Amino acid sequence: MLSKCVVDCPELCLAYLTSFPSPSVWQDQAEQLFKSGHTNNWAVLVCTSRFWFNYRHVANTLSVYRSVKRLGIPDSHIVLMLADDMACNPRNPKPATVFSHKNMELNVYGDDVEVDYRSYEVTVENFLRVLTGRVPPSAPRSKRLLSDDRSNVLIYMTGHGGNGFLKFQDSEEITNVELADAFEQMWQKRRYHEMLFIIDTCQGASMYERFYSPNVMALASSQVGEDSLSHQPDLAIGVHLMDRYTFYVLEFLEEIHPASQANMNDLFQVCPKSLCVSTPGHRTDLFQRNPQNVLITDFFGSVRKVELTTETVSLKPDLSSMGYSHLKCHEDEELAEPLSYAAQLPVAQIIHQKPKPKEWHPPGGFILGLWALILMVFFKTYGIKHMKYVF
Amino acid sequence: MAEGRMLGERARVERPRLERGDRERNQALPALILDPEKIRGKHAALCFATMAVMLGLPLWWKTTETYRAALPYSQISELDSLLLRLRVPVSVVFVQGSLPIVDQQKLPFTIVNERDIPLKCKMRLKSRFQQAYRMAGSSEENALKKDTVQEAEAALPLPKEDSLGSLNIFVIPEKSSLLPQDKMSYIGPKRTAFVRGAHGRQALTVIGQKILQVAQAMSLTEEVLASALGDRLPEDKLNLDKRRPLKSSLGYEITFSLLNPDPKSHEVHWDIEGAVENYVQPFMSLLSAIGNFSMDSQVLYYAMLGVTPRFDAATSSYTLAAHSLPHVINPVEARLGSRAASLYPVINFLLYVPERAHSPLYIQDKDGARVTTNAFHSPRWGGIMVYNVDPSAYNTTRYPVKVNVDMVPVMEVFLSQMRLLFGVPHPQMPENFLLGSPPSEGLRYWELDRLVWARAVENLATVITTLTSLAELLDKIGNIVIKDDVASEVYRAMDAFQEAALELSAGNLEVAFRASREAVTSSEKAFFDPSLLHLLYFPDDQKFAIYIPLFLPMAVPIFLSMIKIIVENQKARKDMEKVD
Repeated sequence: MLSKCVVDCPELCLAYLTSFPSPSVWQDQAEQLFKSGHTNNWAVLVCTSRFWFNYRHVANTLSVYRSVKRLGIPDSHIVLMLADDMACNPRNPKPATVFSHKNMELNVYGDDVEVDYRSYEVTVENFLRVLTGRVPPSAPRSKRLLSDDRSNVLIYMTGHGGNGFLKFQDSEEITNVELADAFEQMWQKRRYHEMLFIIDTCQGASMYERFYSPNVMALASSQVGEDSLSHQPDLAIGVHLMDRYTFYVLEFLEEIHPASQANMNDLFQVCPKSLCVSTPGHRTDLFQRNPQNVLITDFFGSVRKVELTTETVSLKPDLSSMGYSHLKCHEDEELAEPLSYAAQLPVAQIIHQKPKPKEWHPPGGFILGLWALILMVFFKTYGIKHMKYVF
Repeated sequence: MAEGRMLGERARVERPRLERGDRERNQALPALILDPEKIRGKHAALCFATMAVMLGLPLWWKTTETYRAALPYSQISELDSLLLRLRVPVSVVFVQGSLPIVDQQKLPFTIVNERDIPLKCKMRLKSRFQQAYRMAGSSEENALKKDTVQEAEAALPLPKEDSLGSLNIFVIPEKSSLLPQDKMSYIGPKRTAFVRGAHGRQALTVIGQKILQVAQAMSLTEEVLASALGDRLPEDKLNLDKRRPLKSSLGYEITFSLLNPDPKSHEVHWDIEGAVENYVQPFMSLLSAIGNFSMDSQVLYYAMLGVTPRFDAATSSYTLAAHSLPHVINPVEARLGSRAASLYPVINFLLYVPERAHSPLYIQDKDGARVTTNAFHSPRWGGIMVYNVDPSAYNTTRYPVKVNVDMVPVMEVFLSQMRLLFGVPHPQMPENFLLGSPPSEGLRYWELDRLVWARAVENLATVITTLTSLAELLDKIGNIVIKDDVASEVYRAMDAFQEAALELSAGNLEVAFRASREAVTSSEKAFFDPSLLHLLYFPDDQKFAIYIPLFLPMAVPIFLSMIKIIVENQKARKDMEKVD
């Protein structure tokens, strides 16, 4: 991955440098125009389906994950929610792979996919908890969205949807009102600077109808009443591999590199009706900047603002202690003894442990209720006079 | 009964004229009205309906209400337009000969100077400089008789109250030689400053103004507070300064990383432990006033920069142009870890030893000039420095070449980057001020005070936005439950806030800062409590779908019987009128 960057970049760097005559002047103007005000990027990628026949949704999400990683957002800033039951599914003829092109050209699963929420953890509740930040205290760093008021957040959702709702894992739904409220809670706590919401489901435009928080731009693959269609089946695998909208978005993203100046208007033109069959829609009224001035890399990549350090603090060198601690290091290394593995486990203690006596609890409500019912029925049938034989 | 018999007689009398149906009806009607079973039935139906309405409806309403523990909504809405007074205690000491005798006799007294800080936000801030004037004691007089300012400062006895946020200003005679001729005042590295006195009628006023100028330069200025409240002010796209400082947090994690992309050529040793102990620890011990710091270090091998440097034939060195620097950080960041357990923001300091093929490597700025420090930093992320290996070390045949990193210039750069990341820029003073050099820790005490002022104000502003947005959310979204412990956290946040505001107006910066941190912790805990998640949004059609199977079977018989009773009563009344 890293070597790929080094190989790709020199040509791009040179091309970038030679195409503009006075880089410094242009750079200033460009900075003024495209200044977006964010310092870091986050991405939340959600695939809301499970089961083998929804292969294309997992392939969609993983392809977007790959693009986002390629353009620079690190894994620590990506929250990936997948059902993750494709690669090791018994019906997968090529185990440990998820392909996104027919003829198995591109394996998007690979070695370095970090799924943060997998399988049954992909629920509406967890998704809303990630967005609003109300995760339980035991959640590790990788499962949290630690964005702040200078973060640009990309949210990509795919799955099966309807008019005003999105189906999560075949058992629950998230409505557009809940999503809009979650975004409002994010805005109130300033958990994002700007947000781009992309949804690739049937009737996707209904999901962004209810947004009312500022600085949100939304894209959907189809309008209300239309279905989003899948791209192409692969006869060897036996399922459809990608959805049309995401396929063309990915073709567009393949041409974007970290220094690219493509803007959002280009993204809106991706996948016209002739290719997509459905009509993609977008919503920019809540966004403050003109989409013309918004770079694709503002959301999909992670280009950091950098300043040169021109001044230093002057320190008095402390020569005496420097050498000493260096020596100390070496001595410490020699003195450490290797521990044997077995010595760390108190096996004897574990084997000879006596079982703990379990405490006695009085019978619970169900048993009491059952006995009360039986007694009542008995005395009702046979009359109350039998009670005196009990006491 | 009497009526019944009367009706019956009449019916008999007028028999030929009445129809059968009428007679039956007339006989049935009294039965209907007077049958005891039917009356009991009517009473039973009425009782059911009354119970359902009187008891059932309120009970259902109360039990399906979302539980909301009481919150101080009125106090929260008042927070928005709060007035914060920031008091800076200044002690002004006059040396013999710095004031005309007339004014000297007026000492000691206290002047308070209060002014508005104009910021375009709803929170109003007033800064209050409380200047306590007094004459110098004998030990102070002796100290100030030294030759240079630095010696005088060193000889001064420790002031009685050297607490966070306070200032000590000494007024020396106008013609004194302690300061150079053209300088009006001297600002020391700790909380002391020297100002030239004045003579003449308006001496006290003139001196007062000079003192105010110095005090403002050392503590509260508009820029300090503007940078603290950066995100609450309307966005100013051209102002980069507001984006730079790290946000106020309870603690920070600092990671020092050594990147060695070419271990075959370089065997790099860096004494990071010693350097941290000698140079970073003193700095951190000062900064620990604003948070808990934890430091760790790592060495990464085969970690490349994402950009290939260009070869510059003129100096036979490799250069990284300024516009390619933003792309350097990303490939490396994937390799840098962070502690999984802590949620503190991470500040990374990277030291990059370039590969043999790309040595020496220099960073160029926009105009093509070399950056002397060979380092750059990214706001809210950290800094990177490029360390070039001495070319003479390559004159050996034994590879890898052993490289001992000289930590002093490295730490100088890292500490200055740390200052910039925390928002402590190099101070800009007016022309006639002489600025003392910073102490060995690298941070002047009054710069730290400024940071603490800014952080305290930022914390309080955060508490205000958190609590007001919580109240707004509860208003907008009806399904959020507020449990008792969440409510108690909100109350605790409010109490800590009041305490902080009180302490700020009394001038106790340290206590106020601690209280503001407590307020922020409590308010964040209340806002981000996992129980606040409203998962139960029911659109109206779903509500009907749930309630209809429960209520309809019960409601239908009641309604029908009510209708039947009413219809019968109306019929009875009509018939009685007819008969009458």
